Amino acid sequence: MLKKLLSYVGDYKKQAILCPLTILGEVAMEVLIPYVMASIINEGIRKENVKHVALMGVLMVGMALVSLAFGAIAGRFSAVAAVGFAKNLRKALFEKVQGFSFANVDKFSTASLTTRLTTDVSNVQNSFMMFIRTAVRAPMMLIFAFIMALTTNARLSLVFVCAIPVLAIAIAAVMTKAHPRFKKMLSLYDNMNGRVQENLIGIRTVKAFVREDYEKKKFTDSTESVRAAQVNAEKLVIMTMPFMQICMYASTVAILFFGGHLIVGGDMLTGDLTQFITYVTQILMSLMMLSFLFMMFVISRASMQRIHEVLTEEIDIVSPENAVTEVANGSISFKNVSFSYFKDMNNLALDKINLDIKSGETIGIIGGTGSSKTSLVQLIPRLYDTTEGEVLVGDRNVREYDLEALRNQVAMVLQKNVLFSGTIKDNLKWGNAEATDEEIIEACKQACAHDFITSFPDGYEQNLGQGGVNVSGGQKQRLCIARALLKKPKILILDDSTSAVDTATDASIRKAFRENLGDVTTFIIAQRISSVKDADRIVVMDDGKITDVGTHDELLKTSEIYREVYDSQQKGGDADAS
Amino acid sequence: MPPKKNMAPVQKPKDVKGIIKRIFSYMYGFKIHFFLVVAGVIFSALAGIAGNALLTPLVNNIEEACTTGTWEKGKFIGILALMGVIYVFGALCTLLFQRMMMKISTTTLMRIRNDLFNKMESLPVKFFDKRTHGELMSLYTNDTDTLREMMSNSIANVISSAITIVGVFALMVAYSWILTIIVIVMLFIIVGVIGAIGSRSGAGFIAQQKAIGKANGYIEELIDGQKVVKVFCHEDAANEEFDKLNNELCEAATKANTFANILMPIMNNLSYLHYAATAIVGGIMAVSGFGGMNIGKLISYLQFTRQFAQPITQVSQQLNAVLTALAGAERIFAVIDEEPEADEGYVTLVSAVRGADGKLAESAEKTGLWAWKHPHKADGSVTYTEVRGHVEFDDVVFGYEPEKIVLNGISLYADAGQKIAFVGSTGAGKTTITNLINRFYDVPDGKIRYDGININKIKKSDLRRSQSIVLQDTHLFTGTVMDNIRYGKLDATDEEVYAAAKLANAHGFITHLENGYNTMLTADGANLSQGQRQLLAIARAAIANPPVLILDEATSSIDTRTEALIEKGMDSLMEGRTVFVIAHRLSTVRNSKAIMVLEKGKIIERGSHDDLIAQKGKYYQLYTGMFELS
Repeated sequence: MLKKLLSYVGDYKKQAILCPLTILGEVAMEVLIPYVMASIINEGIRKENVKHVALMGVLMVGMALVSLAFGAIAGRFSAVAAVGFAKNLRKALFEKVQGFSFANVDKFSTASLTTRLTTDVSNVQNSFMMFIRTAVRAPMMLIFAFIMALTTNARLSLVFVCAIPVLAIAIAAVMTKAHPRFKKMLSLYDNMNGRVQENLIGIRTVKAFVREDYEKKKFTDSTESVRAAQVNAEKLVIMTMPFMQICMYASTVAILFFGGHLIVGGDMLTGDLTQFITYVTQILMSLMMLSFLFMMFVISRASMQRIHEVLTEEIDIVSPENAVTEVANGSISFKNVSFSYFKDMNNLALDKINLDIKSGETIGIIGGTGSSKTSLVQLIPRLYDTTEGEVLVGDRNVREYDLEALRNQVAMVLQKNVLFSGTIKDNLKWGNAEATDEEIIEACKQACAHDFITSFPDGYEQNLGQGGVNVSGGQKQRLCIARALLKKPKILILDDSTSAVDTATDASIRKAFRENLGDVTTFIIAQRISSVKDADRIVVMDDGKITDVGTHDELLKTSEIYREVYDSQQKGGDADAS
Repeated sequence: MPPKKNMAPVQKPKDVKGIIKRIFSYMYGFKIHFFLVVAGVIFSALAGIAGNALLTPLVNNIEEACTTGTWEKGKFIGILALMGVIYVFGALCTLLFQRMMMKISTTTLMRIRNDLFNKMESLPVKFFDKRTHGELMSLYTNDTDTLREMMSNSIANVISSAITIVGVFALMVAYSWILTIIVIVMLFIIVGVIGAIGSRSGAGFIAQQKAIGKANGYIEELIDGQKVVKVFCHEDAANEEFDKLNNELCEAATKANTFANILMPIMNNLSYLHYAATAIVGGIMAVSGFGGMNIGKLISYLQFTRQFAQPITQVSQQLNAVLTALAGAERIFAVIDEEPEADEGYVTLVSAVRGADGKLAESAEKTGLWAWKHPHKADGSVTYTEVRGHVEFDDVVFGYEPEKIVLNGISLYADAGQKIAFVGSTGAGKTTITNLINRFYDVPDGKIRYDGININKIKKSDLRRSQSIVLQDTHLFTGTVMDNIRYGKLDATDEEVYAAAKLANAHGFITHLENGYNTMLTADGANLSQGQRQLLAIARAAIANPPVLILDEATSSIDTRTEALIEKGMDSLMEGRTVFVIAHRLSTVRNSKAIMVLEKGKIIERGSHDDLIAQKGKYYQLYTGMFELS
């Protein structure tokens, strides 16, 4: 997983490698400086050699400047590398998701995909930055400082040999114990936020049922368990800091004690003592840094995992090689088509469908909720692949077409439709980026959208908020239809696309279709009989099967289901007649 | 620990003092804890300084031993022991204050979260109309996270740093005022550097935040509309647009992070410069014995220079975190300070019994008979009115915004037990009328009467308890199917739940679910179809068993055949209740007592189905348009 993710460092590899290298220079200077300091004291001050003090002082300034330069350059490199890495990741994720088929999107859910592209990427960016800055720095600092200590006075270095394992074991123990507790806390934390989200979306339901106190109680329980889990996890982690202090202070006292004896015994110089104390800090801080690094890794591991899942997701629908790029006509045929969302023949959404549709026909589809009307039409632009059997468009299997060529000829107005932020015109141009104003107006007139669009203050230039919040449900549906019409497709599919449009408008939209889209194969999925009544043929679906096909009049005679639906909507008419 | 957000912009809160005070007000009950935190931080910092200060006598002791040849070993051990004691004490103080701070911060945060949520639940619907979910969600995620970060790290850090800076500085002055001049010069340089880099990095972070907002907004929108993107083959265009935003973000983020990353090495190495300068000047002084300088003092002093720089860097780094956290806290408090849903209602819903004289009296037990308890301020008397569900609108004018009238002079009358339907195109004001009946929004006094009582006098919660509503967008909650139906009546028995589900014709599909009534529904019931969710919502409303029922497009996602199947259930559900129905589908409203045809906030036609058909007006057009296509 790490290898795969790290490959996205890409062009920024240079900076990602140079950053630790320059940090190496910084570390070297930082470890050498205490040596120079010791020299100032030992050779300079103790021997009252002012010249040496000045010389070494200047050397130290020089070293500090070099260290500063290295540090600053490393800072720059790490920023460039980490931010660049994040950019590449985001780009790769976004493009991957753009390539996703419907089935892929279903698998992840849109909310989870959004989190993966936003929060998760910035988590990884931060971890990566910390990683390239400290993964080399901390161990190198530890080793360099230890070597320096060893060369300065091997016997005194024994103090470190004792202190390092003690601290390391203590940190490791705390971390291993804290890890599951953190995980638990994070999941409780997610639950708590989930609760908030639910209440935000369903606030009207909560209020209508006067369940405010009930929700408050549930939330309070939730925050209390988060608090308890937090205390439980953090009480371990806060042990590390005092423990580190104890180790550091104990080492300092030990060094002063043994060092004092060595100096008095003439085996060491006073300056070396300060040098050693500096090394205590450097060595033990590196250990702490390593533990932070580990924590960071643990926290961001989940994010990495989630990103990795998206990047390695197999896109199940792609254009074939030597794809056909021309759709001959709008004829469609389903040959023994079975389909399951789970690729499971025991759990079929469509069961052995056979249907032939001539180019230019208008087909109505009627059926109860869950009768797989949508599943059927989604196979035409190959939004999903059949599990068995084949779907032919223009007398060729849809799998032979270039996806873009196929979908450009099949305009589909989805049940759950979306408009994007931008002007109305921007949105309509999704159908055809080169559409002229006349074409746009024409399409809107056919979709009965022109009148309300011109009633907006800015007309076609009216801005829509994210998700098209400024228009009503019916207006949105009509804009979506106009957008699809602009594609000038050979096949047009309306999936319950006029449910929020009143019946009169619905009728005039269909009238416009009949007059203008004579040679376009049209599918109308609807709940209302009135919407499909005048179709060339009506397909009645029930539980994934086609039960009847025929005209309105035929079906009234032959199809029980159709008659039932008709009756349920017809009652008014009967009452009127009686 | 939630992941850190390094991306936080530098936001300046408006009233720093007020917010800090406010945060402290949440720490009630922790006075002793807080006192211990401050004491712990101070002693821990002082211990660090004192330990270093002891280096002077120690080194001098050793030096003396070297020069004179006799070692006062007792003194040496004494100093070391004292040092050890101080250090252990310091570490214990650290442990203590961290423990205390953890207690304070976790509880304080819990209290703030609870307050925020409790306030949110009591806010009027209007409040939610004006804000996006994301905006409110970030109060719970980003803003509380930064606040947590501040409380568990910054507070102790800033206090400790301040103590260290002041303490070390005082010792430095005491040791040598000449060397202190160098310190002051360094201080100016440090402040200058922090200022220069800090402001640049601050500006960088603001730019980064803007870029991040744009890129994330685009991601959210496009992923939400992914299926539309597919259908229109818009992938390449989307990639191209995103590349642009992504590159802008990369540029801004690189700049911001570069400055932030450079600060640390600069500060670190400035302290080495300081060290070197001090060593040179101090060395000369020690050699010449000027200003009472000696080697022990100089060594301590050099340690001080190292100790001095670190807290300054830390404070400068914390400053941004603190400001961001305070800005977040300000946003949280702004919501907590919002006016809750106003409710001056004093008429309450009570269980009642009918006395022998036919008069109602309050009953402690549940009788199934409900009454409005109406105290009269004027003479102190109390009257009881039976809850029947009689609703009357008298020339109601209403707009969500004062300048945009949605309802324009609506008068209507629903007798108890009648079914009233609203028909009309989207935006005609149908939902608005129901929003007024349950007081999601308020109208001026006396315009709406409920069982003859001015609706504004009825306590909102009691008013809503007397009504059930099934909305067009059904919202289910995380929990089992059983829990979700029981939402309408928390103390309902399992049998009552089954009965309600059967009534709504939901029993069939529920028993086909993997775990039947115990199937867990994920957030917003995403694993059910829209139609199934509506059936659950109807069951939920049925179980509440209220006198008034509002069905706002409740059956829009249920196909007419299924609707016909549940019609019986719906009929028995509606029996004896006042029902307000909004529907596009005219077959749903056909058997209503009265049908109101709305257009642009006005009732243009009213009457029974037959009346309206006979009128041959708008309703007739709509109705016939359904069957006779031109």
